[in-house]
Parts: sequence; C-alpha cells; structure tokens
Amino acid sequence: MEKNTSRFFSNFSLGITCLIAFITLILLRVVYVIYRSGKPLNRRSPPQAIATLIVLGSGGHTAEMINLLLVLQKDRFTPRFYIAAATDNMSLQKARVLETSRADSQSGVEGISAEFMQIYRSREVGQSYVTSVWTTLVATVHALWLMIKIRPQVVLCNGPGTCFPLCVIAFIFKVVGIRWSSIFYVESIARVKRLSLSGLLLYKLQIADQFFVQWPELQRKYPRAHYVGCLM
Amino acid sequence: MGESKDGVKGKRVVFVTVGTTCFDALVKVVDSQEVKDELLRRGYTNLLIQMGRGSYLPTKSSGDDGSLAVDYFTFSSSIADHLRSASLVISHAGSGSIFETLQLGKPLIVVVNEDLMDNHQSELAEKLAERRHLYCARPPTLCQTIASMDLKSLVPYSPGDATPVAKLINRWFSIHHFSDWHAIATAKSAQLVRKYDQPFILSGDNKEWKSLLRPLMID
Repeated sequence: MEKNTSRFFSNFSLGITCLIAFITLILLRVVYVIYRSGKPLNRRSPPQAIATLIVLGSGGHTAEMINLLLVLQKDRFTPRFYIAAATDNMSLQKARVLETSRADSQSGVEGISAEFMQIYRSREVGQSYVTSVWTTLVATVHALWLMIKIRPQVVLCNGPGTCFPLCVIAFIFKVVGIRWSSIFYVESIARVKRLSLSGLLLYKLQIADQFFVQWPELQRKYPRAHYVGCLM
Repeated sequence: MGESKDGVKGKRVVFVTVGTTCFDALVKVVDSQEVKDELLRRGYTNLLIQMGRGSYLPTKSSGDDGSLAVDYFTFSSSIADHLRSASLVISHAGSGSIFETLQLGKPLIVVVNEDLMDNHQSELAEKLAERRHLYCARPPTLCQTIASMDLKSLVPYSPGDATPVAKLINRWFSIHHFSDWHAIATAKSAQLVRKYDQPFILSGDNKEWKSLLRPLMID
C-alpha cells in the first residue's frame, strides 16, 4: 500500500512540476511576444502582399475606417477581409462600395482581393451583463473560426466591441506561432479625453502593436500611443 | 437659396437629424412652439426632422399661414442630400453626423442627449464647439442657443487627413514611397561622402545605410 501511495505522490508532484514549467514557458513566450510586438518588423525588403483584416463598426467607425483605407496602398495590403457585426447592415455595404469603386480604377485586376464576413456580436448596446457572458463566448468561438480561416498579417481596427475578441485571438496566434500579425488600433475621433473600453483593454494589455489617437490629450494620458491628428 | 416650387423665394430649411438613435427629447423640443417661433424669427421657413427610432411624432404643418413648415421622416439611406439643401443643421452628437455636416460646410448645432449613459459623445461636441466649428447645446438650452447664435462667427472645419496613419503603417513594414527614398538617398550620400571623403555606392547590404536609415525615417 505504501509503495502505491508514494508512487502516486511522486507522479503527482511530477505532474505539478510539468504544469508549472509549461505555464512558465507560456508566460515567457507571452512576454517575448509583447516585447517583440512593440518594434517594427525587421525586414530587408517589404512584403508584397499583406493579408489584412479590417474590423468595421456601426456609425462613425466605418466612416473613419474608410477614410483610412482610401490612403492605404491597396496593392500592398491585399487580400482584404472585412468583418462587421451580424446586426450591422450598413458597414459591409459601405465597404463593398469602396472596393467596387477602387477596382474600377484599375484595369486587368485578377482574382478576389476582398472578402466580406459577418461575426456574432459579443454584446448588443444595452444588453444585460449577465447574458453578455454567454453571447461573448459564442462570439469568441465564431471569431476563432473566422480567424483560423483568414490568418491575417495585419489587423486594422478602430474601436467597436467586435474588434476585441479578434485582436485577442490574433495575439494568441502570435504566442502559439500560428501567424505573426501586426495589430494597428486607431482610437475613434469621438474619443477626446477618455479611451473606449476596447481601446483601454488593447492598450493596457499591450495587445496592439501600434496604438493611434486623434487628440493630443489622449497622447499625454497614454504615452505609448501615437498622436496622428484628426482623420475625418 | 433660390425659389422653391410654390414660388416662395428664399426657402431656408432647418434639418434636424438623430441618426440611427432614439432621441425623443430633441424631436420634442424642436417641435415645441418656443423653438419653432425662434426659428421663424431667425428667418427659417422650413423644418425637416429625421426622427430615427424615436416614438414621439411631430406635428406636420404646411406653413401656408406664414408659420414654419414642418415635415418629418424616420430614416433615409443617405442624408447627404438633406444636409446639402439645409441652411442650418441641428444634430445629435454622433461623430458620423457631425463630420458629414462639417465637411459640407453647413452651420451646425449639436444637441447632446442627456439620457445616454456614459456620454462620451459630449466630449467631441464640446471640443469642436471650443474650436468654434459648431454650437453645442442640450435640449433645454436649444431655444436659447438658436436665439443667440451668430453663424458668421463659426470657423470652417478643414477636413482631416489619414495619411499620417498610413505612413506609420507603411514604415512598420519598411514600405517607402519614392519621395521617401529620394530624400533618404540624397541625405545619405551627402553624409557618407563627408564621412569617407569619397563617392559612396549605396546598396541594400550596406550596414552604414541600415544604421543611418533609422533617424531619417522619422518625420
């Protein structure tokens, strides 16, 4: 009996040691990813086609994002994947209009350079926080599914709640080694003195590689952010 | 603004918009006799209300008897045309409505919805009012704002620019425009000629090039 008990305990302590070692490795990897994410990619020559995920949000969010996309080189940042919340009807429509109008100006375009997808929302405006737990879980699983399909190299977002699970998953992909992506977050122009919840989380957890703000007060408050002036 | 269909010269429309929200407080106060009288006094002839998801229905009026002509609708796929034909815009504090109006150069009164929880929208309205691009009010103070506003004193809003963000993203991936390269190359050759006192051939493998490139890349 005693032999069995002692073997059990030695196996148990071995298991615990392995678990601790494993967790430590993951934490070290996370620290390394955060450290490495803060620096530009060290490349000899710029990449030719950067798969880009663009997260759209209702109202002003999409308008601001479109403003940014107009000045982003579309032949470099391609293919483009647009994601909007399932209950948001206007955003994908506006994105389609943008893509069609830009495709017209270029002749001989082959292949599909843009795809449009919808994602379940973590939380609707005014939804109770209790039911939000379940809907956030569903949204996260859906986000995981979409991210595995897309595996973007760049994530562009500007604030809607839908972007947070997507950014977290992109970060996890970096830690686990599925895909190294650069996450760029532009805080909305409507945020003058305080960050939005998504922005605050992405800033504090250092998930975003580059964090842009449009008003100088925010840059003073959050020094790791870049002040880029008004986009609209 | 020219002749309208019924031959009345100088139709001046006040366009009220609440976007996709429900903002009954604004629609109610705009529909009040006080505000309508004030708008008439300031020379406006028509009031058009986009009421969104609100439940309060304004009273329509043809304005034939010299009063303010009032009409309303819930949504439209694009309010750009309504904004363009307005002489004054009264809007909720949504950033989309605000900037769409400012970019069209229309005088704007932004009314902040006091019933919203965590009202961050008021920050933007107050900031732009501070810079004198628009007037900022709350439903109770709207009448007073209309009475005392001086639209000529508003400062036109110059459109923003997204290129700083695009530039920073490009630099992240070491993507440069020709103009960047030209400036970098010119400055670089001058620097290296001074250092080595001879013409210098720049190539991608050059360590000097890489190490001195960094400071030149920052605006």
